[in-house]
Parts: sequence; structure tokens; C-alpha cells
Amino acid sequence: MKSVNLETITIAEARRLLDNKEVSALELTKNYLERIKTFEKNIDAYVTVTEDRALEDANLADKRIGEGTQTNLTGIPMQLKDNICYSGIPTTCSSKMLENFVPPYDASISTYLKNENSVLLGKGNLDEFAMGSSTENSALKLTKNPWDTSRVPGGSSGGPAAAVAASECVFSLGSDTGGSIRQPASLCGVVGMKPTYGLVSRFGLVAFASSLDQIGPLTKSVEDSALVLQSIAGYDSRDSTSLDVKIPDYVSNLTTDLKGFRIGIPKEYFIEGISSGVEKSILDAIEVLKGLGADVKEVSLPHTKYALAVYYIIAPSEASANLARYDGVKYGFSEKNAETMWAGFENTRSNGLGPEVKRRIMLGAYALSAGYYDAYYLKAQKVRTLIRQEFEDVFKNVDVLAMPTSPTTAFKIGDKIDDPLQMYLNDIFTIPANIAGIPGISIPAGLVDGLPVGLQFMAGTLQETNLFKAAYAYEQATDWHNQTPSV
Amino acid sequence: MSELTDLSIEEIRQISVLTRIAMTEDELDVMRTQMSNILDSVAILNEVDTEGVEPTGHSVNIKSVMREDKRQDSLTQDETLLNAPQRDGSFIRIKAVLE
Repeated sequence: MKSVNLETITIAEARRLLDNKEVSALELTKNYLERIKTFEKNIDAYVTVTEDRALEDANLADKRIGEGTQTNLTGIPMQLKDNICYSGIPTTCSSKMLENFVPPYDASISTYLKNENSVLLGKGNLDEFAMGSSTENSALKLTKNPWDTSRVPGGSSGGPAAAVAASECVFSLGSDTGGSIRQPASLCGVVGMKPTYGLVSRFGLVAFASSLDQIGPLTKSVEDSALVLQSIAGYDSRDSTSLDVKIPDYVSNLTTDLKGFRIGIPKEYFIEGISSGVEKSILDAIEVLKGLGADVKEVSLPHTKYALAVYYIIAPSEASANLARYDGVKYGFSEKNAETMWAGFENTRSNGLGPEVKRRIMLGAYALSAGYYDAYYLKAQKVRTLIRQEFEDVFKNVDVLAMPTSPTTAFKIGDKIDDPLQMYLNDIFTIPANIAGIPGISIPAGLVDGLPVGLQFMAGTLQETNLFKAAYAYEQATDWHNQTPSV
Repeated sequence: MSELTDLSIEEIRQISVLTRIAMTEDELDVMRTQMSNILDSVAILNEVDTEGVEPTGHSVNIKSVMREDKRQDSLTQDETLLNAPQRDGSFIRIKAVLE
């Protein structure tokens, strides 16, 4: 078996090796399966490792490469967050409720990846039903941060972020409802990208908060992020909120020249509560961007401080409706020792769902209930309009915004798990993009005490090209993306 | 809502009934405190003047889509019932609805 340096390999490099027949997809896949066996003991990024599927996918990929009909992701070993359905492979949402659920159908993006003959290595751990910021809410596994295994990987896509950081896959796909791709990417020192709402099909993504959920890539480089988005973006009639728009060529628009490129620094993202190390890293990053010729100016988004409150009304409200389906009747965990049908529902949900999920369902049900709907849900939707308008206005004057992804670096396992409000603050800088539906990306921008810091860019609706441009230019001018944890 | 939110145990019990989540008295009490705290933290929204502001449901402008009423392949009955916890032939078995 030919050995490849998996710690640094990107999709772009793997593509070159595969196309030049320097390595086969099967060799590459076996290297990853071997690495997963070694490192999973410490990291626990995977809920399920699909070895047989991976080997079969790799053989199919090699056949296709032999025929010369390969595409960008053919033969590339990857992971899917375990809330994305893949036919015949368990999709657990890291919940006892779906621990034994095997979807009989594919998410649309799983079909796209199959059509390219990508290699599925397995499914990544998450906070139960993607509700959380540390992956500690997983009912199945405790994922550790590869940079320091006493710390959390962030969440909810903690498995995908840790797997990419520990080089247990080339890339992974996560979902981002309030920061669930970008925040763990920041804490694990990888690139995490949330596309414009509606750009990537949500069909087959297990629903959490449908007006906020969006699938996106976690990768080792900005170029890889653009490559993956290219493969998964596009209209899908099976998603009623899918956007029917022309998809630009993201990769060919990557450039390192930022002359005249307008970058806004929203002052509301440099507030009390941000750690001094993170703040310094981001201020340093802004200097780098200036050095690349960017026209950097301070801007203001005064409604930013309301985004977290809007989110903690809207997301639980939508969750309470979406998760009503888990009744133990049609699929999933079912508590059979119940006298009546109603007791069966109540015990199934009581024993099948974890504390954070119950908290959000109940909070949402309260916010939607008669007498409180106007005060909470409707009010939050109106403030959402104001936040969205504020972003629209600011993007008339700047091409992207730059800010920290998370107020702190990775925190210790157990530190915040008993205090929901403290945990929610981790997403204070990422949530506004979900509220407004705009794209955001987090890229490595420093190390503080050996822990990664993420620099976040946001762009206007469907302005992914601008987002990638800023991120790529910064990445190419710095060396942070080449730093890897010693796992 | 400027005063601190203080949900009662009875309110929490009612929500647990509505959401079909069985809870012990201790669990109800923890939930009461946590939900009250969370609702306190979102009360900040009352500062915002939303007079005349339209609510946003989705961040994209969605138009209803029509399609031809044509037959399409779908999952088979067997595939659909594959994950049913209790199955009886081509049916899902549940507890009696009427007692």
C-alpha cells in the first residue's frame, strides 16, 4: 500500500495524485481507514465508520478514473455529519431516538456525492439533533478536540471539524443553523463554510430549524471549500426553499489580489466577553488584509445584540414543530412498556431525547403557544427583518465583513454543559448570518496557547465569490492553515 | 415583560403535556428555572421598536412552485415500513387509540 502524507493532503492535491495515477483511490481510502483506527481512540469523531462502503466506493472511483471520466470529488475520502441521510447507512443525529434508524433514501447531497463516486468513510458525531456548541450533547460519543483532547471540538458539527483537523478524512459536510459549521471549524483550526440559505438542498438533512438550517463543507483549505460547494450547490425541486439561481465558478474566481476590495469591520463584534487572544489574532488578521490592498473600514450593525435572542425564539419554535414527528410509531426509538398510546408517546420522547433537545422543544412550544405567540415568536420574526435589512444596507458599502468566529478558543470538556445560557453565547458571532440567510466562512487565523482561532467573513446573499476571495487571499498570505495538531 | 420571568411549575407541566414529554417533578423544576432564565435573556427584544415592521419567516423570497400532476417513482411500501418499531404485515402496530 502506497503511503501518502494525510496530514496535509487537500482535495486539490489528492485529485492530482489520483489523476496522475500516483496513488489509487483504494490506497488512499485504506490509508484513511488505517488512520481512523489509530486516532479514533482519542478523538471519537465518527459515530459510524463505513469501511465496506468506503472500499466499494474506492473501487468504483478507480474504475472511473481508469476510464478518464472522473469529476472533482471522484475517489476523495469524506465524511458526512450524522444528520445527513445516506441510504442504507445509519443516520442517528447522535440521538438515542434515531440510534437504529437506517434511512431508505439519500439526502440530495448524498446522491450528488455518489454520482461523483466520492468515498464515504463514515458519519460524523454531533450535538443531538445539531443542538449545541460543544458536541457534548451527543447521546452516543464524546468527541475531543485534536489540538487538546481535554477540550471540546465545538459544535454542533464537532465530529466533522475534529475529523478534518485530525486528518481522519479529506473533507466533511456539516450543517449550520446558528454557527454549527463555522464555530467548530474555528475551534478545530479548519475551514468551515455556511452557504446562502437555499443554495444547497436540505432534502434529507434531518430538520432542526428549517428556516435557518444549511449544509456546507468543512475542509483543510479555502480552495477545497469552493470545490465542495461547487459540487453540492444548485436547485433541487425536493427542497421547497431551494434557490433556482445560476451557480458561478467558485474555484476559478479565487485570487490573492484584494486591491480595492472593500472589507467592513463591524464594531459590535469586538465586545466585552471576547478573549484578548482572539481579539488580538483578529486585529492582526485585519492588518494582513490591509497589507493585501483591501479597503478596510469600520461599520456598524447596531441590531447585532438582538440576534442571539431572536435565534433562541425562532430556532426552538421551529424545532418544537419539526421534532413532533418523533413519536415511536413510524420509526426510531419506541418505548413499548406503556399502558396507553399517549403514555407510549410520552415515555418514548422522555427516554429517547436528551436534556438540551427537550429544553428547546419545550421553549419553542411555549413561545408558539396561545397568548405568547405575538410577544415571542412574532416579535422575533420582526426583529429578524430589521437584522436582515441592516446587513443588506451594509453590503451596499462593503464586499465582505470580517470578524471573529467565536469569542473564545476551545474550552474544557464539562465547563459550560450545565449552563445553557453560557453555552449559547458561543454562537453570538455566527448566529446573525443564519438570521439573515447570508453566507459565512471561518478560516484559521492564529493560535492562542496552542489553540486555533477562527477568522470569519460574511458576505451578502449569494455573494459566495466575494467570501471565498477574501478567505483565499488571507489564507495564501498566512501560514495558519498549514498548522496541524499532533494527535 | 420587564420584570423577571417566573414560570410556574403548572405552566411547565402543561408544556410537557403539550409536547408529550413525560417529566418527573425534579425535571419540571430544573426546566422551570432554565426556561425562566432563557426567557429573561430574550426579553431584550422588547427594546426594539417593531411598529410597522413585517415579520421574516424565511430569509429568501420563496415563490410557491407548481408541477405537472404526473406519476413518479417513490419508496416501496416495504422500504417505507423498514424502520417501523412494531410492524404487522403491511401495517404499523400501535396501542389502542380508543379505550
